[in-house]
Amino acid sequence: MKAEGRVFKYGDNVDTDVIIPARYLNTSDSKELATHCLEDLDPTFVKRVQPGDLLVAGRNFGCGSSREHAPLAIKAVGVSCVIAVSFARIFFRNALNIALPILECPEAAAALEEGARVAVDFETGVLTDRGTGRTWQAAPFPPFMRALMAAGGLVPYTRERLARRGTGG
Amino acid sequence: MGMTMTQKILARAAGEKRVEAGQLIEARVDLALGNDITAPVAIREFEKIGCARVFDRERIALVPDHFTPNKDIKAAEQCKAMRLFAREQEIVHYFELGEMGVEHALLPEKGLVGPGDVVIGADSHTCTYGALGAFATGVGSTDLAAAMATGLAWFKVPAAMKIELTGRLRPWVSGKDVILTIIGQIGVDGALYRSMEYGGDGVSGLTVDDRLCMANMAIEAGAKNGLFPVDAKTRAFLKRVHYQGAHRPVRPDANAAYDTMLPLDLSAVVSTVAFPHLPSNTRPAKEAGDIRIDQVVIGSCTNGRLSDLEAAIRVMAGRPVHKGVRCIVIPATPKIFLQAMKKGILKAFLEAGAVVSTPTCGPCLGGHMGILAKGERAVATTNRNFVGRMGHPESEVYLASPEVAAASALTGRITDPADVAA
Repeated sequence: MKAEGRVFKYGDNVDTDVIIPARYLNTSDSKELATHCLEDLDPTFVKRVQPGDLLVAGRNFGCGSSREHAPLAIKAVGVSCVIAVSFARIFFRNALNIALPILECPEAAAALEEGARVAVDFETGVLTDRGTGRTWQAAPFPPFMRALMAAGGLVPYTRERLARRGTGG
Repeated sequence: MGMTMTQKILARAAGEKRVEAGQLIEARVDLALGNDITAPVAIREFEKIGCARVFDRERIALVPDHFTPNKDIKAAEQCKAMRLFAREQEIVHYFELGEMGVEHALLPEKGLVGPGDVVIGADSHTCTYGALGAFATGVGSTDLAAAMATGLAWFKVPAAMKIELTGRLRPWVSGKDVILTIIGQIGVDGALYRSMEYGGDGVSGLTVDDRLCMANMAIEAGAKNGLFPVDAKTRAFLKRVHYQGAHRPVRPDANAAYDTMLPLDLSAVVSTVAFPHLPSNTRPAKEAGDIRIDQVVIGSCTNGRLSDLEAAIRVMAGRPVHKGVRCIVIPATPKIFLQAMKKGILKAFLEAGAVVSTPTCGPCLGGHMGILAKGERAVATTNRNFVGRMGHPESEVYLASPEVAAASALTGRITDPADVAA
């Protein structure tokens, strides 16, 4: 599993209210949510982002509400990976549960600049700046998370487990 | 090394003798909660799992509190989806309008959460129930879906920050000032991935409502949960609400590991305001400067309880809301509404020129019932002041206690309640 795209860079404490403002939470349609992604932080983001692009941010990305609409909007707008110094814990869970790749890598988050072209190898956790050739090693997911991500998120993971137990349907 | 309160509860729920910080566990869930924003997503995911029935219809709570009474057609459709699911699955704790209150005020009042319980909720303020000795934490809709199917949730066992409380609160100072003071000190990620565990002889002087307010905002410091030890006040509260759960209070081991110790003298806490746009951006209300306000909101899962409304009315003491200020009071549950009515509190608010709303999360998250226009400022007893939280991205929210909110409503600018004490 790999990703490659341009960097959109933001600061610390990017909260779920700016990722997807509550005024749009009267729907859970991810395509519709995507049209308002990061609207209150950067109204130009949705117009500029291309499939595969990456978000790079500082500390505590995704702080605030538990709304899964936040990672859903980011995924649906085409972002392939979020790299940050740290993530708020509910956002961290939600992103993994819906199989939106996120990586904690303080060094890369600090060094990567807006517009840089970056490749991510999720197997190894290695990030590469295509322009400068510089690489960083992100902390890989623990085995439990890898299993969950490999299944495509918590729902397919749970479906598989229930099927094995014979309690599904 | 011993275990913290959180670790003890999680070990029991995971069927383990002991757990350590960083360990991944799967735990049995005593109650799983969703609201009208998060449950529709969870229901969609639950259906994808392919499970016909929920794991236990008595261990799921569904509360349509965010955009209700339905603010628009889309919100009405979301509530309808949740209502139909609740009916089909015969969910016992589904609360229709009339019984519905702001979820984290409602569930404790209904006796659904108590010591030692593991509670997950697809709402970040689920951590509120830590005030009653529960391990309670916010999760997303997918986690809720999986829990509704299996009764299980995965957790990474958190390390802990110990907050050692001493002293007693001064007049006009309450739990909100304490938690804002703590967040101001440690920052919005100061307790990231960890539990905030309270202890010390200062705990006994805090009311259960103070503790509910403080545990409620643990998430605003990035914490996984906030947790108070169970004492006589907790037990009296649980008796009053006829808590029917297992009642499994835990105490921390004497040699429990904490990665941070934070001593706090409650008598040194002053009326505090969090300025835009982070809950950690705090200042004493006395040092706020001349901040003119357009709106005051008294309510929410943080401060919409009866004692909050009483505290506000004590500050207002029969005086009117400042001309030009819109003061919106939202009792958090129908029971609180009724009690406030019987006690003459609602009448006092109305006579002061405030309006009283039916229970809803409403303006707290910029849903409805008090949205701010561009450039407007509100003092709110709510929990977040992020950009655009209560309306226009260029509006401002100042977080404060009911006492500060009421004092500010009287003067039209951010005011320390001690300065207007009657």
